[in-house]
Amino acid sequence: MKVRILVSLKESVLDPQGQTVRNALHTLGYHQVKDVRQGKVFELELEGLNRQDAEKIIPEISDRVLANPIIEKFSWEIMEA
Amino acid sequence: MMKFGVVVFPGSNCDYDTFHVLQNVMGQETVFLWHKDHDLQGVDCVVLPGGFSYGDYLRSGAIARFSPIMREIKKFADSGGLILGICNGFQILLEAGLLPGAMLRNKNLKFLCQQVNIRIENNRTAFSGAGKKGQVLRIPIAHFDGNYYAPPELLSELEKNNQIVFRYCDRKGQLTEEANVNGSVNSIAGLINRQGNVLGMMPHPERASENILGSEDGKVIFRSLIDYLEKKKGTGKKKTVRAVRPAVSPLPPLIGTF
Amino acid sequence: MIDAKTLADHNLTREEYDLIVKLIGREPNLTELGIFSVMWSEHCGYKSSRVHLKKFPTRGKHLIQGPGENAGVMDIGDGLAVVFKIESHNHPSYIEPYQGAATGVGGILRDIFTMGARPVAVLDSLRFGPIDEPRNRSIMDGVVSGISGYGNSFGVPTVGGEVYFNDCYAQNPLVNVCCLGLARKDKLFLARAHGPGNAVIYVGAKTGRDGIHGATMASAEFGEETEHKRPNVQVGDPFKEKLLLEACLEAMSRNLIIGIQDMGAAGLTCSTTEMAAKAGTGMEINLDLVPQREAGMNPYEIMLSESQERMLIVAEPDKVEELQRIFNKWDLDAVVIGKVTGDGQLKAYFQGQLVIDIPVEAVVDLCPAYRRPAATPAFLKKATRLRLPEMPSDLNQVFLQLLASPNIADKEWVFRQYDHMVQVNTMVLPGADAAVLRLKGLKKGLAITLDGNSLYTYLNPRKGGQIAVAEACRNLACAGAAPIGVTNCLNFGNPEKPEVMWQFKQAVEGIAEACRQFEIPVTGGNVSFYNETEGKAVYPTPVLGIIGLVENTSLVPAAGFRAAGETIILLGENKAELGGSEYLRLVFSEEKGEPPTLNFEKEKRVQECCRQAIMAGLVRTAHDLSEGGLALALAECSFKGQRRIGFQVKLNDAIRTDALLFGESQSRIILVARQKNVRKILALARKMKVPARIIGQTGGRKMVIWHRKKKVIDQPLDLGFRAWKNAIPDYFKIKKN
Repeated sequence: MKVRILVSLKESVLDPQGQTVRNALHTLGYHQVKDVRQGKVFELELEGLNRQDAEKIIPEISDRVLANPIIEKFSWEIMEA
Repeated sequence: MMKFGVVVFPGSNCDYDTFHVLQNVMGQETVFLWHKDHDLQGVDCVVLPGGFSYGDYLRSGAIARFSPIMREIKKFADSGGLILGICNGFQILLEAGLLPGAMLRNKNLKFLCQQVNIRIENNRTAFSGAGKKGQVLRIPIAHFDGNYYAPPELLSELEKNNQIVFRYCDRKGQLTEEANVNGSVNSIAGLINRQGNVLGMMPHPERASENILGSEDGKVIFRSLIDYLEKKKGTGKKKTVRAVRPAVSPLPPLIGTF
Repeated sequence: MIDAKTLADHNLTREEYDLIVKLIGREPNLTELGIFSVMWSEHCGYKSSRVHLKKFPTRGKHLIQGPGENAGVMDIGDGLAVVFKIESHNHPSYIEPYQGAATGVGGILRDIFTMGARPVAVLDSLRFGPIDEPRNRSIMDGVVSGISGYGNSFGVPTVGGEVYFNDCYAQNPLVNVCCLGLARKDKLFLARAHGPGNAVIYVGAKTGRDGIHGATMASAEFGEETEHKRPNVQVGDPFKEKLLLEACLEAMSRNLIIGIQDMGAAGLTCSTTEMAAKAGTGMEINLDLVPQREAGMNPYEIMLSESQERMLIVAEPDKVEELQRIFNKWDLDAVVIGKVTGDGQLKAYFQGQLVIDIPVEAVVDLCPAYRRPAATPAFLKKATRLRLPEMPSDLNQVFLQLLASPNIADKEWVFRQYDHMVQVNTMVLPGADAAVLRLKGLKKGLAITLDGNSLYTYLNPRKGGQIAVAEACRNLACAGAAPIGVTNCLNFGNPEKPEVMWQFKQAVEGIAEACRQFEIPVTGGNVSFYNETEGKAVYPTPVLGIIGLVENTSLVPAAGFRAAGETIILLGENKAELGGSEYLRLVFSEEKGEPPTLNFEKEKRVQECCRQAIMAGLVRTAHDLSEGGLALALAECSFKGQRRIGFQVKLNDAIRTDALLFGESQSRIILVARQKNVRKILALARKMKVPARIIGQTGGRKMVIWHRKKKVIDQPLDLGFRAWKNAIPDYFKIKKN
């Protein structure tokens, strides 16, 4: 089973990397870009789990290891079963 | 003489430096503690050194906290043992939940290696007792993720409890935006836990402990620890006999002796 | 069958192919051809340069190991040896600046610790196109981040180097990385596969398809299609390298290793053949046992992969288990992939088939050497003829302009991204003439510097080479150090062009002559040819890395002024020499004229005098005069102290004022001393027949220079400082909307 987990900084936390990208896009003329938030993508390949178990373990992994809950939030999707 | 333990994680790279200063400059018994070990060898104080544990590939300090030795260190902390985290060590303490808050990338998005000035905000700790409140120390930093962050409620709690031990400042001790090079909230350079036995700091005191390298201000931290421990052990009487400085080898001992 | 296109793809000529057939007694298969192609490439085989490199002096009193090994080794007493080398990573850094530079650092670090030394310092010589071009800035940003990303994580301090900008590097930046390490003299390791029957062990990262043909890429010019070469670039993993370092040093300390070599350019090919050839043995390996990161790799790919962070070790069979235990402790693979044989052949099996069977000597030692034709370039006549332009009326303004020249301005933006203090040995921070490392527990220390002025070398390659050596030694003298050994990186254009070959030959002869004069051996280095893009070559750029010994580190002077009211002394003579100067380049856009003259006898005396004055404890500050001349050297002294201190200088030389202020005459050093020591320094200079005189005092909030009773420079300290300090960061300011 393939899972994609997205980790990014919480809205309340300043994201200078995202801002730098936004500024760069503006200098290139893409003024339509209102905001950029930068994050990380993890692609996990899981085995020996049914969907229900997976849905339990993924947030656990994300909260415990992949994201730092003080500054980061995460979302995830199962890409293929 | 006190016994210090310097933890070696894969990717630690200030382990030898810290070892060198504790043993050869401060004259204390010092041992390395391997990350896979389950034993703290009876040390009086644990130091988590700087470096890039596990390459810091996930987040700085994020993987090191799962090492076997960290379980022992948590127990040690719970029982009141002294723990000093320097740079990556500070990041590990944050990730491990032994200190509150988190680190963000430096505000200029670059690695920063330079001298900074820090002001002692609280000298009534085991880590700063040898200094004066308001004293300015000149100590270098070297990090990519040293921009300390705490949500507002936590921050006011830290301030209220006097947990902020060091702040970035200018030469004269003023807190300015320019002096706060990495953008830390409230210019925080070092903080202590509520119980007062775990301290994390981004600046490297071990790089400022010998005149030949430009500053001895970092010794204030090590001196504080030694004084505190001596006082605690020696029934309040400070030992007058200093340990003899052992011979220094120009080459660090090769790891392999754990 | 090997057709013409396949040969061209492998950068081999028909004659070379015929030689291969003759040497192995049959037609090679594709994998074997690939092996010859990388080992006989310019990068590995030095086929255009070898005949000239022989001119370098390679003997000296401190020498332990000269050219031909992974790095040079010098004896520094107390049972210690210093291991050092410089290498280029120019082509990869142009294609992918971050990874190119990072793997450049990784490669040179492995060269050092493969010999048993712990890397203790890195220096880089970086050359880019003009900084006002966004494209060049982005290359520079990537290169600096790459060096920082790799070196900082690995835990080696980057203690110095140089950053230089010129149009000629716009399409072809230069990234030269120099590393030095410390070892016990009795615990040095060589790349030798001794003892038939011994195990051949692969350690470190797994093999992937990265960098296949990096070495041949470094041996060809760039064209438009180079942009598509990206997949060739290797990716570095400094964390893995740090583990590899610790594991290797641990295994070495326990005497488990017979021979060891890193897999750099040409990967497994280079390490297997070279280790066997040097020991006069052969090797038999099974490619199926090589740890692989990607599925379905063929023998060609496995042999030629340039995946980073890998080493090849030869050990006695009964030591293998302990060796594996150590590598496992550091979370690394250590796999026996074959054994040493006595037949002089490299044999490799893949899925049960013998796929390689070639004599190692043919691959390693019988690469053809060419004496390529050389001819004086036509442009030289015009370039060296200089009609001095009229002197600008406002030299005070020119002074400010030079301070802000990216070639002279403060490079803190670069070096504060490098961890320059880890290992707690760095006494003199980046930006000084030479970096100085203390040796823990010893009175003495090490000094090291990188130098090379490519504009001089462009105008006069022989003299440029000489000056590069002389100036590097002078940098060391300013730290109180005596030079003991040399490594060099020679960056040139396409050697098949007679003009380039002439430049190379001249520069090598100049360097060789200077090294003989200073009695220092060349211990190795690197030649980087084909630094051309679309037919345009870089200026001939030899970069010299010279190490020196400081007897007493407590006497090393500062790079900046330390207090007001101290006396400024000038050693050497001011001459009317403006050819090849930064002043002419910047103010008049003239890269012309004859570079300054160099008299070895005078140069050596000035350096010796400087060194003796320092070691007598008489000197507070010392600084060498280079780009920008006397005025800029004084300004740098003003800015580089703990606090900024101005100066008042009075000069009466009967030469043009601009030549006096900004001319780059050689053999000059500024010494600053307390009042009470001035006479002693002047007496010492007199005794040594070195011209020396008091030129002024430190102090005040201004930088002031008088020439023949006329105030020609009068600049507030803060204004000048800002121009110098902000020039480079201002180009990188993040634009806010």
